[in-house]
Amino acid sequence: MFSYILKRLLWTIPTLFGVTLMVFSMVHLAPGDPAVALLGDKANKQSIADLREQLGLDKPIHEQYFIYMKNISKGDFGKSANSNEPVLTEFMDRFPATIELASIAMILATIFGVLAGIISAIKRYSIFDYASMFGALAGVSMPVFWLGLVLIYFFSVKLGVLPVSGRLGYEFDIDHITGFYLIDSLLVKDYEAFWDALKHLVLPAIALGTIPMAIIARMTRSSMIEVMKEEYIKTARAKGCSRFQVVAIHALRNALIPVVTIIGLMFGSLFAGSILTETTFSWPGIGKWLVNAVYQRDFPVIQSATLLIAMIFISINLIVDLLYAVINPKIRLS
Amino acid sequence: MRDFIKQYSKNKSAVVGVIIVIVLLIFAIFAPWIASHLPYEQSLADRLLPPMWEEGGVSAHLLGTDEFGRDMFTRIIYGARISLMVGAVSVGVSLTFGLVMGLMAGFYGGKVDLFIMRIVDIMLSIPAILLAIVIVSILGPSLINAMIAIGIVGIPTYARVVRASVLSEREKEYVIASRINGSSNTRLMFKVILPNAATPIIVQSTMGFASAVLEAAGLSFLGLGAQPPTPEWGAMLSDSLQFIMTAPWMIFYPGLAIFFTVLGFNLMGDGLMDVLDPKLKDK
Repeated sequence: MFSYILKRLLWTIPTLFGVTLMVFSMVHLAPGDPAVALLGDKANKQSIADLREQLGLDKPIHEQYFIYMKNISKGDFGKSANSNEPVLTEFMDRFPATIELASIAMILATIFGVLAGIISAIKRYSIFDYASMFGALAGVSMPVFWLGLVLIYFFSVKLGVLPVSGRLGYEFDIDHITGFYLIDSLLVKDYEAFWDALKHLVLPAIALGTIPMAIIARMTRSSMIEVMKEEYIKTARAKGCSRFQVVAIHALRNALIPVVTIIGLMFGSLFAGSILTETTFSWPGIGKWLVNAVYQRDFPVIQSATLLIAMIFISINLIVDLLYAVINPKIRLS
Repeated sequence: MRDFIKQYSKNKSAVVGVIIVIVLLIFAIFAPWIASHLPYEQSLADRLLPPMWEEGGVSAHLLGTDEFGRDMFTRIIYGARISLMVGAVSVGVSLTFGLVMGLMAGFYGGKVDLFIMRIVDIMLSIPAILLAIVIVSILGPSLINAMIAIGIVGIPTYARVVRASVLSEREKEYVIASRINGSSNTRLMFKVILPNAATPIIVQSTMGFASAVLEAAGLSFLGLGAQPPTPEWGAMLSDSLQFIMTAPWMIFYPGLAIFFTVLGFNLMGDGLMDVLDPKLKDK
């Protein structure tokens, strides 16, 4: 197992390196001059030349890449062309909002997805099974931004029970201790703010969690069905275990191994899914920030934000793979 | 073929999928005859009319009108053309490059395989919609660039599917026999192996069509794909947000159109998987 972990860790390096090269060359080999794009067509030649020098665009491309990599290794991801703030600072300011949303979405998706999958597998070919599997297929086909709009219409406009957008009502002001409003509001014992933050989370979390929930439900069902056919399940039954014991103790533990993997992998892709959800709900996270950067053609932000998200994505995949090796006896004992 | 149809039609949801896709094709081909208006025809006197059956609705506008008085039903019907085009072009781009990369990786193995699969891994390490957004932000927002971006983003998935499929066929006896008969590598790859490795590729293309439509609608919703006044479903939704209080029908119907289109192709793909290769199912 040790050699597996080592190999997996070492493979991450060329992948990360490749991602920086790909993102860098896409942004820099693209048609058009980034300096002109930033200043507009009507800018005079001198100011364009100055900005090119300031951004290092006057140097040969390989030298630019070398400088970029050197800066990244020092934690310097460049400055936003619009706000002139360091990209990393802006990223970290918005990161907790995205993590908070993604975590709640994933918790919802896991609870309901796993439950639906288990019930479907035990009551195979029942009405519940058909309904939940059709629901799962519908969930995968659902445009999240549309689901978001429909949820806003019913719960905010029609019923008026949940807020339309944002993270917190204007009347609340809580200190940024961790950046997670649910935690921060509890730390300062402002329960009204906590309740308000929770209400703001519900709709975007449902919208963002729908696709993962559908995938988890399908995965749990097929994995449970596979496991229930195994010999050791027959043994457990023959021993006289109750139906609940067979499912909860013997089957579920083994069936959940692939499910845990898929949950981990999807957590990474939730960051990407949050781009659409955050735009729909004006959620002040990295997704919305990135889309704004695209509108403003803020290439330093686009380049570094993509790289940072890719790094998180790669790290999560790595952790999931390593955890999989740990929880799966087939790999652990090899 | 008859066997195939017989087996396929046993799967009810797969049949529903095919019906949805056929209806969509009819909408796309016969749009000028089905639609009651022209997609760009404005009538400010008729702006924000609700659907026909709601109070204030008129029979001339089945699903109501938008903020410029354009007929929603007409624009949704014409939107089918755009969505089908997006799916076809994006899948075409992904499939062409993915096929070549996957065939070469699987067939030659060794260093070629390692090199190609590294590129695939790197592309997969950036989430699809994010990569698509970056590509569009560089090429500039437009429908054609969105299709190219979604096509590029899909390449690694197709390359993986093709490679896996080729690997399972490569050492089979008919391939070896053909090699002994003096077939060239190109012939072996495209004429001998590919037809036998096609099943997972067909399934992937059908499912890929669904995700391409979904991603394109997402990009257009963000304002990075089709630009107004194109009757693209995602772009129509993007306009509708500001009218959520006054004209909710502008939200419901374009979204339903996207949902049913994606569902149709997903159901069809699921059905094809069941019939063509039951082993793939539940994996």
